Amino acid sequence: MNSKPKADAATKATVSLPTKNGITLKVNGAVKQIEIAPWTTLLDALREHLGLTGTKKGCDHGQCGACTVLVNGKRITSCLTLAIMHDGAEVTTIEGLAEGEVLHPLQKAFVEHDAFQCGYCTPGQICSAVGLLREGKAKSPEDIRELMSGNICRCGAYANIVAAIEQVSRMGERGDEE
Amino acid sequence: MNSFSYTRADDVATALREVAADGAAKFIAGGTNLIDLMKENVERPSRLIDITRLTLGGIRPRSDGGLRLGALATNTDVAYHKEIERRYPLLSKAILAGASPQLRNMATVGGNLLQRTRCCYFYDTATPCNKRTPGVGCSAIAGFNRAHAILGTSAACIASHPSDMCVALAALEAVVRVTGSVGERVVPFAAFHRLPGDTPNIDTNLQADEIITGVDLPARGFAEHHAYLKIRDRASYAFALVSVAAALEMDGNTITEARLALGGVAHKPWRDPQTETMLHGQSATRENFKRVAEALLRDAKGFGRNRFKIELAKLAIVRALSQASFKEAHS
Repeated sequence: MNSKPKADAATKATVSLPTKNGITLKVNGAVKQIEIAPWTTLLDALREHLGLTGTKKGCDHGQCGACTVLVNGKRITSCLTLAIMHDGAEVTTIEGLAEGEVLHPLQKAFVEHDAFQCGYCTPGQICSAVGLLREGKAKSPEDIRELMSGNICRCGAYANIVAAIEQVSRMGERGDEE
Repeated sequence: MNSFSYTRADDVATALREVAADGAAKFIAGGTNLIDLMKENVERPSRLIDITRLTLGGIRPRSDGGLRLGALATNTDVAYHKEIERRYPLLSKAILAGASPQLRNMATVGGNLLQRTRCCYFYDTATPCNKRTPGVGCSAIAGFNRAHAILGTSAACIASHPSDMCVALAALEAVVRVTGSVGERVVPFAAFHRLPGDTPNIDTNLQADEIITGVDLPARGFAEHHAYLKIRDRASYAFALVSVAAALEMDGNTITEARLALGGVAHKPWRDPQTETMLHGQSATRENFKRVAEALLRDAKGFGRNRFKIELAKLAIVRALSQASFKEAHS
């Protein structure tokens, strides 16, 4: 696979422009049908096609975690995956965590602990923390730090982020139950 | 990212047919490395064949007492699998030392083996790179090469393989199961990845018309005496500068078998089974560990900024072996 000539790839890519594809996603409980190109990432599908701009684009290379969402209950970086590959999947974004005016316990804890400054990384941090609590592997603040290492906070609110997650973890909250 | 067409394969035969029909097509599963490289225009496939719906997941016992990891089992599936944690903790720890939880939820066993051996110049299309465009030269040899290889390098490429999982699989002597147009074959782990030589554009010995279906773990998992030590620039979520997978069998304080695999130091997970035998029949002492570390690094070559890795690797080997020699390793 690695030995395929690159020139060949470039030439072929210019001669066949694929049409858009229809896919169905269940986003925050609602069934959505969208037409997307094969190269549309899940992140771009959520933001540009579904208007769900809560999920942020940070590095766009899976390094910062700002785009973290839950797909079929598992946290992933939505920038590093193609929407077309998730036809039929259930996606939960930051917009899907609160129930009406009632904040998700993690959202509440982030407010209580002042677990952000600029807030840009916060949707990804919270979605990642929902995934972390569901996984049930974090038993200590050290575990939380290690298992949140895929979410970068440029403001450096890490201490408060860990405290917020730890508080919800001790409450036995397992994340949003749909 | 270039435009491309997309198809979803429902079975292995279809996937193989599709990939054979288009020389610039690629399989996609977790996509964590491929999509990243496509965003940088380093990979430009004409077609992506989605293999995520093939029935190649799961982790199953084998009749020889080992385990079979399905090619589509995710890193998370493997790392937290009860039998892996109990019988192959070295593998579990290595996987959990790599990437982030989000990436481990996407990345697959097969994809981990097929991630590109890479460096910052491979990613930067404004600079020459023999791995990207054979023959144009290597920017790393006289460039910023702090992260680069010190063993098995060539005049064409000094990139290092970034996987943690593969370092453990090398130590465990896993076997890669491959299916192609001419049938199935098995590849010993040591023969799967390649050194750069004068073809650094080719990372593995997988053929263009082949697909990985699984990875077999032999029965012996070295659960009692093992360590995975990863040295990196920050506490988490960074590639190894040097990593060591150490696995020992011991009779009292005497080593009866030793396995050592190194990450971050070569174009592939580095093993030297001949040198490992130096430890057989020896007692687990710092002096013996130092001797084997010196021998393993005897041919190491630095390129300026990465020269520190030679001494670092020796120290890491001694520490990993010390940890492994204690029952229930403290790695």
